Amino acid sequence: MDAMHSASRRDFIRKCLSGALVLRAGAGAELLAEEGRAFAKSRVVVAHDPLLRGTGSTVDSQRIGTLLDRSMQALFRRDHPIEAWKMLVRPGDRVGLKVNALGGRGISTNLALVEAICERLQQAGIRAGDIVVWDRDSEELEHAGFHLAMGGSRVQCYGTERVDYAQDLSAYGSVGSRLSKILTERTNVLINLPVLKDHDGAGVTIGLKNMYGVIHNPNKYHPDGCNPYIADLNMLPEIRTRMRLTLCDATTAIYDGGPGYKPERSWKCNTLLVSQDPVALDFTGWQAIERKRAEKGLKTLEEENRAPHYIATAADPQHRLGTCDPKRISTVEV
Amino acid sequence: MLYELETTAGVKVPAGDVFQEENPAPRSERGLLDRRSFMMCALASGAALGVPGSATSSAQKQEDARFIVEAKFYQKLQDKKIKCKLCPRECTVGDRERGYCGVRENRGGTYYTLVHSRVCAAHVDPIEKKPLFHYLPGTVAFSIATAGCNVNCKFCQNWDISQARPEQVPSDYAPPQRIAELAKQYDCPTIAYTYSEPVVFSEFLMDTADAGHQAGVRSIVVSNGYIQQEALKAAYGKMDAVKIDLKSFSESYYRNVVTGQLKPVLETLVTLRKMGKWLEIVYLVLPTLNDSDAEFRNLAQWIKTNLGPDVPLHFTQYHPEYLLKNLPITPVATLERAKATADAEGLHYVYIGNVPGHLAQNTYCPQCRKLLVERVGFTASRMLIRKDGSCPFCKHPIPGIWHA
Repeated sequence: MDAMHSASRRDFIRKCLSGALVLRAGAGAELLAEEGRAFAKSRVVVAHDPLLRGTGSTVDSQRIGTLLDRSMQALFRRDHPIEAWKMLVRPGDRVGLKVNALGGRGISTNLALVEAICERLQQAGIRAGDIVVWDRDSEELEHAGFHLAMGGSRVQCYGTERVDYAQDLSAYGSVGSRLSKILTERTNVLINLPVLKDHDGAGVTIGLKNMYGVIHNPNKYHPDGCNPYIADLNMLPEIRTRMRLTLCDATTAIYDGGPGYKPERSWKCNTLLVSQDPVALDFTGWQAIERKRAEKGLKTLEEENRAPHYIATAADPQHRLGTCDPKRISTVEV
Repeated sequence: MLYELETTAGVKVPAGDVFQEENPAPRSERGLLDRRSFMMCALASGAALGVPGSATSSAQKQEDARFIVEAKFYQKLQDKKIKCKLCPRECTVGDRERGYCGVRENRGGTYYTLVHSRVCAAHVDPIEKKPLFHYLPGTVAFSIATAGCNVNCKFCQNWDISQARPEQVPSDYAPPQRIAELAKQYDCPTIAYTYSEPVVFSEFLMDTADAGHQAGVRSIVVSNGYIQQEALKAAYGKMDAVKIDLKSFSESYYRNVVTGQLKPVLETLVTLRKMGKWLEIVYLVLPTLNDSDAEFRNLAQWIKTNLGPDVPLHFTQYHPEYLLKNLPITPVATLERAKATADAEGLHYVYIGNVPGHLAQNTYCPQCRKLLVERVGFTASRMLIRKDGSCPFCKHPIPGIWHA
């Protein structure tokens, strides 16, 4: 009996060790790590199309779909885009697409991009009615150009005010908040679709800060450059366990004067940033904003005393939400 | 834990949890209780507060122009930004954004309060529940709140309204004149601004105080005192009495537990005293966080030096709530230690609160030591202070507003 018990235990440990990758692969997360490296690198795909708008100013829906496919194939190293999406979701999942609609039509998550993602998800086996495009407020979604839909078999689109926030508090570190029921009750997969913006308080607002749209009291977490609030918020298990992908819409981006839309301080970046490491993605986006600021002759965010220190906090040993060490980020340009 | 308070009008209304000063009721019941009480007042008066049907889902957006009034106390900046000058936080707020309190919004470079007349809790409370012990004992106050707060205390008893944005909390339209009418109707000599943080609804408070005074109803405020001096003088200048929650006597506690600052609150206390406002101080004692002998002693010394020994100081018992549920209830022995320390420093009126039946909730003459006001729960069962505000036994003046 003792021998059998001992064997089972050894066997169990062996299986656990060999199965570690398999467990993470459920969400396609094995691709966080570059193959054959002693230390894992986080992969951030920077997908750019200079002709994204053709000759006009509007993003071409076909080209954004192609750009999306290229980025997903590059991130997941798949020959076919749908195979990449199948690394993320499986039939029966209820998928929330958390957009950012605060900036109105000028600087919200691009509609054509969201439509393309919805199409790909359905091609990957997700029912249309199981996809929810959401943000905190329906009116803001409408102002950004989204058409609201609630109920039926169509792709759903509404704000948290339609279903309210969970009654109970979720807490981690400095944060105690009620979470959107869209997150906690209506979806089991979270795909984060932020935009790339300068932020007067936080420095930049990209993926990590987009989670402020999930909670009932974001106004409480803006002091001190949102640090450590943003990192703490992203540690909440309800967010962490659902988060599968951050896909930042940088088709239009703001390099100064954000987060409100200021056309004169935005640029047509025609880019998507995609990663499963939200910290690495935010770090990469921040550097893009700094480059644009330098090009425009503006001070760095550090010189303006508003560097996004929350990104480093998110990577620290207490959080470990990802990495902001450039040596551990593999940037793939496509 | 609820009991019925019989008002002088003979109307019985729920009066909240006897163990929680300034918590209108346990949260699980409070929304219903407040609404029931509030709507009972409204319906009994023959007209709703202005919201036909009244029941509003917390998820339902209440974008109603009636609630939105241009804010006082702010400064316009470039790029349609504003700087709020209401509280020491001085939020710089961009277009379409809100300040830390969540109830004031920049719209195109003009700052607005979103909570004028937007009442989310209303209750007829004993004045002892505020607690104000030297102000019209045995009377009741028509007590109201809107959503919002300018700090984020980890121990907040009312976090579901104080830490919410106005559209997240069921509210009713209740303009100042209506509040004054209801107070009169229910024989409340006082309107109390309380539960959440009245600093953030200063405009509504000021207008309601004016309406109340015109109708012969006084106003008192229960506040954290975290407010700029100009706003303090303008808003709390209209109050007949003020109770300030002094959360601690340590800057680090204010920074880490309250998300505020101590210094401006101390300045508020000094200014209120100079303004001649009747002032009482509550100090909620949290085990291990603000319960050291040194802190009690420093606090008492500061009060005696800067405000005088006659300002009542209430040490109240903490009940676990919000983000500090890991702490135990404050031991009564700790509260007694705090009182003994403050007594020894020479303060004349040091009370223990949230401990029903404790003798230290009574008022005794500091000269002859005789019992002057006996309190049971939140009611004053015996009140012996003379019309001229003196002790009936030794004639020693007892500071306060004792008679209407």
